[in-house]
Amino acid sequence: MSQPIVPQKTYVMVFLGLIGLTILTTGVAFIDLGPFNTVAALAIAFSKMLLVVLFFMGVRHSSGLVRIILVAGFFWLALLIAFTMSDYRTRSWTPAPDSWSSSAPPTHP
Amino acid sequence: MSTATLEPRVHAPRNYLNADYGWKSWLFTLDHKRIALLYMVSVSFFFIIGGSFAVLMRIHLVEPQGALVQPETYNKLFTLHGIVMIFFFLIPSIPAVLGNFLVPLMVGARDLAFPKLNLLSWYIYIVGGMFTLYSAIAGGVDTGWTFYTPYSSTYSNTQVTAVAIGVFITGFSSILTGLNFIVTIHKMRAPGLTWFRMPLFLWAMYATSIIMVLGTPVLAITLFLLALEHLFHVGIFSPALGGDPLLFQHLFWFYSHPAVYIMILPAMGVVSEIIACFARKRIFGYKIIAFSSVAIAVLGFLVWGHHMFVTGQSVYAGLIFSMLSFLVAIPSAIKVFNWTSTLYKGSISYEAPMLYALGFIGLFTMGGLTGLFLASLATDVHLNGTYFIVAHFHYIMVGGAVMGYLGGIHFWWPKISGRKYPDMWARIGAVIIFIGFNLTFFPQFILGYLGMPRRYAFYPAEFQVLNVMSSAGATVLGVGYMIPLIYLIWSMRYGPISEPNPWGATGLEWKTASPPPTENFAQIPVVTEEAYAYAPEEAAGD
Repeated sequence: MSQPIVPQKTYVMVFLGLIGLTILTTGVAFIDLGPFNTVAALAIAFSKMLLVVLFFMGVRHSSGLVRIILVAGFFWLALLIAFTMSDYRTRSWTPAPDSWSSSAPPTHP
Repeated sequence: MSTATLEPRVHAPRNYLNADYGWKSWLFTLDHKRIALLYMVSVSFFFIIGGSFAVLMRIHLVEPQGALVQPETYNKLFTLHGIVMIFFFLIPSIPAVLGNFLVPLMVGARDLAFPKLNLLSWYIYIVGGMFTLYSAIAGGVDTGWTFYTPYSSTYSNTQVTAVAIGVFITGFSSILTGLNFIVTIHKMRAPGLTWFRMPLFLWAMYATSIIMVLGTPVLAITLFLLALEHLFHVGIFSPALGGDPLLFQHLFWFYSHPAVYIMILPAMGVVSEIIACFARKRIFGYKIIAFSSVAIAVLGFLVWGHHMFVTGQSVYAGLIFSMLSFLVAIPSAIKVFNWTSTLYKGSISYEAPMLYALGFIGLFTMGGLTGLFLASLATDVHLNGTYFIVAHFHYIMVGGAVMGYLGGIHFWWPKISGRKYPDMWARIGAVIIFIGFNLTFFPQFILGYLGMPRRYAFYPAEFQVLNVMSSAGATVLGVGYMIPLIYLIWSMRYGPISEPNPWGATGLEWKTASPPPTENFAQIPVVTEEAYAYAPEEAAGD
C-alpha cells in the first residue's frame, strides 16, 4: 500500500495520550459535575476513540473507501441508538386508557 | 499403443478435488472451493440435526395432549431446532457454501482476498457449533431461539450460557466471511468486470456481507451483556437490577431481523442466476434488482421493532417501525416482478434448478405478503405469538432460503463435483419438497389465524385435523430432502462426467473446467460483455 511510514514517536505520543485520558476519566469520576458527569465521560471517550481510529488504525492516511466504511459503522450505531430511543422517549406519551374511555362517547345503549 | 487410449481416464485433469489427498489437505486447505465443501458437509450435518428436532416436534403434535415428549422436552426441542437451523444452517448455508465457492470464480480471481481468514472462519463456526451440541447433550436449552430476558437471564435453569457462547463465537465466523467477500468484490474483480457487469449473485452476496459485518457485532455485544449481567449482576436487562428487558429485544432484533435478509438475499441472488439461465434471457431490470438488494440490506436494519408491537414498546415507535416494514416490501416486490418479467417470452426449460427457483418465487411471495399482515399494528395484535407467524417465517426461511440453497446446489453441482445428477430424480425431489412444504406450513396459517399459540406442547382438540395435516406434510418434506441427499452423494462417485458448462450459462465460473483447477483460471479472464448475455441483441439495447 502507499501509506506513509509513521514515525514510532507518533505512536508513543498517542499511547501516552490515551493513558493520560484514562487517568483523566478516573479523576473526573471523583468530581461531581452534576448533569455534565456523563457529558465529560463521553467527551473523553470520544477523544480516545478518535486517537485510536486516526492513528492506530491508520485511517488518517487511508483511502476514501475505508473512510466510507468507517462512517457507515458509526452511522449504523447511530441508527441503533436513534430508533431504540424513539421507543424510550415516547413510551410516556401513550394516553392512559382512562382518558380514552372518559372522553369517548358511549358506544352501547 | 493401447495405453494412449486409456490415458484420459487414468490421468484425470488436475482440479481442486484431486490436487491433493488425505485429511490434512482438507483441514489445512486455503482453497476457497475446498473450504466451501467443508462448510457444505458441516451445514448439512446441522441441517439433519435441526431437522430431527422438527420431526420430533411434529410427531408430538399429532395428538392434542402431545404424543411423544414431556412439555419441558418440547420446549427444548423447538428452542434447539430454531438455534441450530438459524445460526448453524440458514445463515451460513448460501454465503459460506455457495458464496465461498463462487465469489472468487465469478469475479475472476484465484481465491478470496484473505484465504487464511476464510479457513479460520470455518474453524470458528465449528467451535461455536460444538458449544451448541454440548448444550444439547448436557440438558438442552428452553428459552426459544430468541433468548428473551428476563427468562434467559433470571429464570431458566437450562444451558443458556453454553448456547449463548456458541452463538457468540459463530458470529465471528459470519463477520470474517462477510469481510472477505466485501474486500474480494471491491479489490479483486477481473479486468472489465465493472460493478454493473457483475452477476446479481455477487450483488446479493455484497449486500449480505454488509449486514454480516455491521449487524453481527451487535448480537455478539448483546449476548456478552447478557453474560455480564448473569455473572456480575450489572443492571442491563433485569428490572431488579435497574435494567430493561425490552432493551434486550431491541438489541437482539437489530441483528436478528436483518439476519432474515442474510438468509434470503443470497437465495435471491441464486434465483436471479437460475431464472436468467433457464429462460435464456438477460435478466429484466438488472440495475434495479442490484440496487434492490442493497435497499433491502439497508431498510432491513430499520424495521426490527415490528417484532415488539405487543411487548410494551411505545405505540409511536411502533408506528414508525410499521411504516418502515411496509417499505421493505417494495424492493422485495421489485425483484419478484422483474423475475416474472424475465420469464415473459423466454425460452423456458424446467430443469431441476429452475423448479426450485420457481418454487422460491411462489413461496417467497406468500411469505412476504403474509409479512405485511404482521407489519400492520392492528392485525399483529391478533396474530402475534400464533402459528401464523411460524408459517410466515417458514415460508420465507424454508420456502425461500432453503429452496434457493437447493436450487443453487443443483445449478452449480456440475461445477462443484464435475458430475451430473439423475435429472428425473432431481425434478421429482423438487416437486415433492414443494408439495411437502405447503402441506406442512399452509395449515399453520389457518391454525394461527384461528388462535393457536406457538411454543405450546398441547392444543385444543378442534385443531387436531390441521395439526395432523402439518405433521403429514413434514413427513413428505423429510422424504423430499432425503432424495437429493441420496442422489447427490451417489453422483459424486457414479454420476456421468459433466462438461464444463452443461447449462450453457454465462458467467466466469462456467468459463473454467468442471471441477475447476486449484488456481481457478489458467489466465485471469478479461470481461468484455454484460452479465446474462443470453440474447446478445437484447443486451446490447439495454
